Amino acid sequence: MIELNDIVVSYRTGRGSINAVDGVNLQIPEGCIVGIAGESGCGKSTLMRAIYGDILSPMSLSSGTIEYGFNDSSGKPVTSENVRDEWFKTLSYIPQSSMNSMNPVIRIREQFIDFPGTDPNKKRVLEKVREYIGKLGLPAEALDSFPHQLSGGMRQRMMIALATFFQPNLIIADEPTTALDVVVQKEILLLLMELQEQMGNTILIVSHDMGVHYQVTHKMLIMYAAKAAEYGDSDSVFAEPLHPYTKMLIGSLPTIGEDRARHGIPGSPPSLWGDLHGCRFAERCPLATGLCRSQEPPLVEHKPGHFAACHFAGADLPDTGDAGWQ
Amino acid sequence: MAVILKTVGLNKVYRLGSFFRAKKIQALDNVNITVESDRPVIIAVVGESGSGKTTLAKTLLRLEVPTSGSAIVYDKEVAGAGSRPSRREFLQSIQPIFQNPFEAFSRYRNVDAYLHETAIRVAGLSAEDARDAVAHALSSVGLEYNDVVGKYTNQFSGGELQRISVARALIPEPSLIVADEPVSMIDASRRMIIINLFRKLRDEEGRSFLYITHDLATAYYISDFIAVMKKGQVVEFGKAQAVMSDPQHDYTRLLLNSIPTTRQRWRPRNVAPATLN
Repeated sequence: MIELNDIVVSYRTGRGSINAVDGVNLQIPEGCIVGIAGESGCGKSTLMRAIYGDILSPMSLSSGTIEYGFNDSSGKPVTSENVRDEWFKTLSYIPQSSMNSMNPVIRIREQFIDFPGTDPNKKRVLEKVREYIGKLGLPAEALDSFPHQLSGGMRQRMMIALATFFQPNLIIADEPTTALDVVVQKEILLLLMELQEQMGNTILIVSHDMGVHYQVTHKMLIMYAAKAAEYGDSDSVFAEPLHPYTKMLIGSLPTIGEDRARHGIPGSPPSLWGDLHGCRFAERCPLATGLCRSQEPPLVEHKPGHFAACHFAGADLPDTGDAGWQ
Repeated sequence: MAVILKTVGLNKVYRLGSFFRAKKIQALDNVNITVESDRPVIIAVVGESGSGKTTLAKTLLRLEVPTSGSAIVYDKEVAGAGSRPSRREFLQSIQPIFQNPFEAFSRYRNVDAYLHETAIRVAGLSAEDARDAVAHALSSVGLEYNDVVGKYTNQFSGGELQRISVARALIPEPSLIVADEPVSMIDASRRMIIINLFRKLRDEEGRSFLYITHDLATAYYISDFIAVMKKGQVVEFGKAQAVMSDPQHDYTRLLLNSIPTTRQRWRPRNVAPATLN
């Protein structure tokens, strides 16, 4: 179980400090795929970096703690203090752009044996790696090539091989398929799901595509303006979204075979520099009342395992008609 | 019926490498599309990356010269060996919208300068008429003239800026607007605002669109015709409803099966692991 206890992550800038993640409380059970969605600037990537422990100035974890629920090699529990020692031992990362994350001037096999803390016998490691990438559907020669010689899909597969070879307890994937086209995206996602089933580890996956989340995740976290808006089992979140933002987000997706009119969400999220009071979604919400503008709704459990931060969680949205785009 | 778009044996070969060891890439391979209709239409072009979608758009916009073949837009030949309209006449009939609005406008200029320039230089209006034309174009994308004038790109969101680039394209009253991945840089929650805007402009202002995308769901949602491209060839072309509900080509079927929908899962999944409950 990974526990985030009221974490606040801030960036120090010339204008002062700004909270990109502002008080997020979460409990993520072991062995499930958690999807994180929200619009650009809502803090999802910052939250990922904080969980990964990649906290470098000007970013800082200004309050709260993260407990990972597993121990390091000496038996001490892993927390946000010592998580950086666990990179590519019990914790790994799949970035969006595989081209920018691999060293372009050395062969991929050398990048595999570059990791610290594995078997000192490089030959034996390479044998294992060859066997492993075969299982992921990559040809053995791919190991001997340079990153630019592989196609985008193969490179992303190779990144997944790198990230999962050590059987980590936690994998963080930040938009792992955004740069790929749909056919390759499906292959990569199915591969990731299969590996998760075999290893039973936890995967946090960030994506802006709600379709990807529906296909892959067991649990969903919806973020809005640095806060958690909704968190629960994916089936429940997609079948009965509680927060109006989630409803509008899911309702805006066109589906092949359905001709109902769809609407985007008008307006933009509030500036985090401003005076933030009340619900942060109130300005764009069709249900907002005086209560929403003055009092911030806490993230509460409305159904078993399904949390939402809204005063009117579960209420039906009014029909916006055809003027929605304005 | 008017010929809205017709390409005849359109080919484009890019040459890479040196003069002696050139590598040829067939970006467009004998593309033949004919769209005839009485009313304005939205034509979607879908396909994987590298399938030639953008080359097709660039050819129609006269940014690339085809190796052979020709293209006709609203009964006027815009690409190929035949007679060509003058640059101004061409820009009055076809206008582009690009993928990234932050790259389309300079950071160092007011965005309304682009709108006024288009009105004066392309549409050939006087300075006073230009202001009215700009205000009218902005109102048809749901923006106020006074909210836009004098501002720089960093003062708008991606969605607003893309609406401004749609407004710019509308000023010369073109018959066809070529939109190359117009929503891929825009946040998912606001994509539908732009997509619905295209539909409204087709119905209310009589503009036709060539909508280039890799997103089949939005292509299905707004388009009248769909062309599926693969490796430079159009593998399937027809009415959007027909292509999507009864795809004939294996590649179209593969594309349709790969879309992550929120209706049906790719495979029955073991319901969440035991630790969840």
